[in-house]
Amino acid sequence: MTEIAVHVRGVDKTFRTGRGRTVDALSGIDLEVAAGEFVSLIGPSGCGKSTLMRLIADLDTPTAGELTVFGKTAPRARLDQDYGIAFQKAALLPWRTVRGNIELPMELHGMPRAERRARADELIELVGLGDFADRHPDQLSGGMQQRVAIARAFAEKPRLLLMDEPFGALDEMTRETMQTELARICAETGAAVVFVTHSIPEAVFLSDRVVVMSPRPGRIREILTMDLRGERTEELREDEAFFERVSAVREALHGSPSAGAKGVENR
Amino acid sequence: MMRRLRPILLGIAGVVLVGVAWEVYKALAPDTGVVIAGITVLPRASDLAMPHLGAMLDRALSPVTRAAGSPALWLATLQAASFSFGIAVVGWLVGVVVGIAIAIVMQRFRTAQSALLPWVVLSQTVPLIALAPLVRRIGTQLSTGGFEWQDWMSVALIASYLAFFPVSIGALRGFGSPTAEHLDLMRAYGVGWWRTFLAVRVPASIPFLLPALRLAAVNAVVGTIVAEVSIGLRGGIGRAIVEFAASGSADPAKQWSPIFGAVLMGLAAAGLVALLSLALRRYRRNEVSA
Amino acid sequence: MTAPRLRTVLAPIVFGIAVVLVWQLLVTAFPAKGSALPAPFTIAGQFAASAGVIVQASLGTAANALVGLVVGTLVAVVLAVLAAAWRPLDELSAPVVTALSVIPIVALAPVFYAMFGASVETGRQMIAAIAVLVPVYVNTLRGLRTVDPLHRDLLRSYAAGRWQTARTVTVPGAVPFLFTGVRIASSLAVISALVAEYFGGPVSGLGKAITSAVSSSNYALAWAFVLGAIVTGLVFYCATALLETLALARLRPTG
Repeated sequence: MTEIAVHVRGVDKTFRTGRGRTVDALSGIDLEVAAGEFVSLIGPSGCGKSTLMRLIADLDTPTAGELTVFGKTAPRARLDQDYGIAFQKAALLPWRTVRGNIELPMELHGMPRAERRARADELIELVGLGDFADRHPDQLSGGMQQRVAIARAFAEKPRLLLMDEPFGALDEMTRETMQTELARICAETGAAVVFVTHSIPEAVFLSDRVVVMSPRPGRIREILTMDLRGERTEELREDEAFFERVSAVREALHGSPSAGAKGVENR
Repeated sequence: MMRRLRPILLGIAGVVLVGVAWEVYKALAPDTGVVIAGITVLPRASDLAMPHLGAMLDRALSPVTRAAGSPALWLATLQAASFSFGIAVVGWLVGVVVGIAIAIVMQRFRTAQSALLPWVVLSQTVPLIALAPLVRRIGTQLSTGGFEWQDWMSVALIASYLAFFPVSIGALRGFGSPTAEHLDLMRAYGVGWWRTFLAVRVPASIPFLLPALRLAAVNAVVGTIVAEVSIGLRGGIGRAIVEFAASGSADPAKQWSPIFGAVLMGLAAAGLVALLSLALRRYRRNEVSA
Repeated sequence: MTAPRLRTVLAPIVFGIAVVLVWQLLVTAFPAKGSALPAPFTIAGQFAASAGVIVQASLGTAANALVGLVVGTLVAVVLAVLAAAWRPLDELSAPVVTALSVIPIVALAPVFYAMFGASVETGRQMIAAIAVLVPVYVNTLRGLRTVDPLHRDLLRSYAAGRWQTARTVTVPGAVPFLFTGVRIASSLAVISALVAEYFGGPVSGLGKAITSAVSSSNYALAWAFVLGAIVTGLVFYCATALLETLALARLRPTG
């Protein structure tokens, strides 16, 4: 039986706004992510995809329902450092070099210096930033900064990776390059991934399954299996099957007329 | 090469221009100054009110008093300035430490921040330096047992009082500057408040802290001088300024030496903080959003 | 009002009252005759009793601060406009202004009394004016320099002249900066005017009042005058902050 990385059942999340009103960010979410599986969460603004990711990361707590990560509670998983995380903004520490930033989590968790250095070197090679190891973030482009953030997310060899629109702020060309890179790294490390995105082609390109969500309240509308054989390469983007899958996701998103899918890219 | 020298050359040019303006004004303006409706709008240009720059220099090189063995004025001034500067440094250090400590408390406890911050901000806008004459009395009255409250301590206390406020506010702003992503990241790493503080908040606060430290240094110098005047501290530059000014009608150029001494103190204070800035430049790289 | 909002407003008030009460308690429990730190209630009483004298002294210092504020602001604005228009002036004056911002201006008080007369207030007003000049100049210059590149390009595309650009974009853009500088300078004006009194000059104003009260060991009165100084400082700050808010509201109406 395959190990379950993330198990979500009947999860609700309600936010209280200043004036005593409530917002149903998530309602009745059921989802399972198997170990090594790449799952994307896609949907219009307000569908709760980022919220769901934050619940998995224990950056927030569900109002109802159960949520486990590798069979443990989310707080336990966080304290055990079972996952790595990347945000839309790279959130690098400006006073540390590339190497310093990648070493950050290892340093905080008491890894010995020699081990840290070796692992950091490995990761720098992995993301292709060998010549920039001693630069500071303000000397790097947006794409490079995100690569550092991704390297950092992989630092402690997590079995689960949580990513919240990490390529959202990048231009289209850099974005596609980064997607190919990420697909390669994930295949190499075998980590499970929960990936939040606005972009349909991105979701289709990277994922084993795409979770389509709808807003008000945040619900899972449909889960589509991508079933795209072979390696994630540039050629895949031109493939028939790829376009078919993109259309399928688009249809699932635009689904019922009342939903009104705003804020989703159709490029 | 020229680019590096340019600000320095311009600085010197600026100061020289001020000196030139001084002499030009002296040459052109009447001895009684420009008086409009009984109010002296432009200063008196007499040798008594505005000595020649040359006269100031001459006087600085001469002995302080006519008494035998009296040191040169510039030397005595330098000694007084150093003495006062030392007190200002002590005041600055105390103010910085207390200011940062309070900022840490305010950062850690929201309630403390709500309770204290308005008072800290308020105290920057009101002339607490008006307390100067009182502080010494309180100090001497508090002397207990073997501990004797020295006059210089009152001066240092006032200096630290003036230094602490900008540091507190600057430090708090700096501690609160890390973005939500940075804090989420630390939480995702399972790192507690104190370690997050040391690893992220402290380095992030440097760009906010440095201008505050500079302001605090300037305030400490001003506070020292003013306190010395109120208290009449022996050996201090403040006392020298007032003392020499009292004999200003007989010896007009004498009072300018301690004034230049005070100016030097201010420049030295700013200069030291600038050195600190230089040492900490690694932490001043601005955040570039991805 | 929600709980956190309530806390933000109440906490400082509660804290302030608590401090006053503790102070009162300590002084009552450990009475020291002729203490330089009297009980707050005693000070309040003295303040009420001597209100007339305190107001008079406050007005003296406030008047000097006001003159300094106005003169300093005017001169600073003129200089800033010139410096913004003519680069060499800016470069020459920058080091002088920086030096002025770090040196203790009040040290010049004695010579100002010599230059303007020791029996009039002008010397103190000049000290305040110089103290005001620095922040207003720096802020106004920054405002004049900080033109949104988009606005600049827009006016360029309209082939607008230098004067037109200045009138429609540069000056309105600089006004908020000017008012920020004035707000910062207001406290400096009061402080400088007060401190200048410690260095000589006529017997008027809060500084002189405090020193004479201290030398005659009338500490409660001295503290009452300090309270007057605090109120004066607050009035100046609030007035200029209000001015700033009004000016900003007029210039940038939010739809």
